[in-house]
Amino acid sequence: MAVYEHTYKPYAGPLTPEWSRFLIIPRHAYRDVFKSKLFTGFFALCFVCPLVMAILVYLRHNVAALAVLNLKPGDMVSINSGFFQFYSAFQSGLGFLLTVLIGPVLISRDLANNALPLYLCRPFSRAEYVIGKMSVLMILISAITWVPGLLLFTFEAYLEGGSWIASNYWIAGSIFAVSWVWIILLSLLSVTMSAWVKWRMAASAGLFGLFIISNVMGLTINGVLRTRWGSLINLTVIMKTIEDSLFRDVNTMDLPQWMVLPTSAAWIMLGLFLAFCLFLLTRKVRAYEVVR
Amino acid sequence: MENPLARTPEPVETVDASPKTPELVPAAPVIRLDGLSVTFGKRPILIDLRGEFRGRAIGLLGPNGAGKTTLIHALLGFHPPSSGTAHIFGRDIRTDAKQIRGRIGYMPERDSFIANMTCVHFVRLMAELSGLPPDAALERAHEALFYVGLGEARYRKLGTYSLGMKQLAKLAQALVHGPRLIFLDEPTNGLDPPARQRMLELIRQIRDSGQASIVLSSHLLRDVEECCEEILIVKQGRIAVYCNLEEERRANRKFLEIETRGPREPFAEAIAALGCEYALTTEHRLKVVLQDGVEIRDLYRIAAEQQVQIRRLNFKRDSLEDIFLKAMEDGNGSL
Repeated sequence: MAVYEHTYKPYAGPLTPEWSRFLIIPRHAYRDVFKSKLFTGFFALCFVCPLVMAILVYLRHNVAALAVLNLKPGDMVSINSGFFQFYSAFQSGLGFLLTVLIGPVLISRDLANNALPLYLCRPFSRAEYVIGKMSVLMILISAITWVPGLLLFTFEAYLEGGSWIASNYWIAGSIFAVSWVWIILLSLLSVTMSAWVKWRMAASAGLFGLFIISNVMGLTINGVLRTRWGSLINLTVIMKTIEDSLFRDVNTMDLPQWMVLPTSAAWIMLGLFLAFCLFLLTRKVRAYEVVR
Repeated sequence: MENPLARTPEPVETVDASPKTPELVPAAPVIRLDGLSVTFGKRPILIDLRGEFRGRAIGLLGPNGAGKTTLIHALLGFHPPSSGTAHIFGRDIRTDAKQIRGRIGYMPERDSFIANMTCVHFVRLMAELSGLPPDAALERAHEALFYVGLGEARYRKLGTYSLGMKQLAKLAQALVHGPRLIFLDEPTNGLDPPARQRMLELIRQIRDSGQASIVLSSHLLRDVEECCEEILIVKQGRIAVYCNLEEERRANRKFLEIETRGPREPFAEAIAALGCEYALTTEHRLKVVLQDGVEIRDLYRIAAEQQVQIRRLNFKRDSLEDIFLKAMEDGNGSL
């Protein structure tokens, strides 16, 4: 079908592997996303914390530099699980803001423009479409959470040596696991919100509201009924409980002991919440809605 | 994993694209319906559709709500069959939907776009989703847009396009990956006469290239008549009529439509005595197929003998409209 020939001709060249086609969506989405100077600036700022923490790690092991700054090694923060947990929590928070910025339009635009039939009439399944849309967020959040986190851990391990690695190797797994729990939650929540809420502002507000309202409701139930089970609907507490358990820490929220949620309950509730999001997505992500 | 379709192209796909090559007609039926039924909830939409379609251009006709679009959607795998199945190029839509969709292009009826994209970017994305590597996808996107006549406007955003341009962009995305079967759902909707002619010309070009089969769904009989070889008329979810328009055109003998005044039946019987077939249509009209050796002057002679006036006499053929109207009148439905 050359331009000068003006005839129809089928394509007989090689095809891309089927497994990789979901990555087409993020590749094209980033063109739009990084056109926004606001977003590009925000994304660059997301690397400030890892950079500062890398400097802290460096200073902790460089006596000469500390002497120049007139500091003693004891003045510096200790590099332990708490250090990396703070890093994970902070970067996850930025990941949430990143989600609020780009998540709400991921599917809603396609629905508003009836674009789903165009995706799904090709050798491209609904699951690949959803994974592709989630990948837009997953790749970006990964880039600001576990990727620099593991680099930071490697840097610390390099400076500390073998004994530190032997006793703290699990921290690398925790950084990776906590980041991915947040990544899956945020990306799935975001695409679900995008599929069901047409307006960007409303979807962004919905993302904030879900955490705030569930927090208020959970705390209210706990306070009124003097129980811990109200936290089962509190996404913030659920995620914090999981994060604490993965970092082998206990109750970093300083809740009264009777309000602390069992880790297993937090995992189950997170699983149920994600399953509910998937259910909502399957209802909405269709080529055409069927009026029964 | 390499797509086997790319590695083992069938002869149909690799033959040089010289126009009107009869050997390119696929051996297997393009579409075979095996008792295909689709229900939405408890409401049957398509009921036990059966048939084989081998033509390069298949027209789907029917009144609004007959099930034309649902049939296309079912073939694309958007609506699972409630019973029965269908085969496209010999592959079952229930089990091989993904492989089938790799060989299909679809131009939806409604506006369908991806927001904030230039046309070339949009068509390229569609090509990539069909499995083309990025470079090939970009190249084919440019080619497809030139082919449909949007070459000069390809860097404009889709939102700025007129309705006619949007239709052409939809056509470009449907054929950018070089499908072997293209579903066109009401492709001339909302087009002005020149744009409609341009669209029909493109459809005929694709058909005549012999490289792809076309399923054209429309409620405009003229569009279908101009482009299609096979016609499937759907009515209330069932196949009301299937006809091979090409064969019909070849076999369709010319007949005389005669408007008369006076006693029609004796006149018709006298014509039948000459060996001609006849059919009484409306109150004053009858259709007559002349046999060899029977001249029009014979009809006038018989008319004079029977004291019948011939008011009008025309040579005609059955048009698609006649076939369609007959299909709509038959059975339990009405127009």
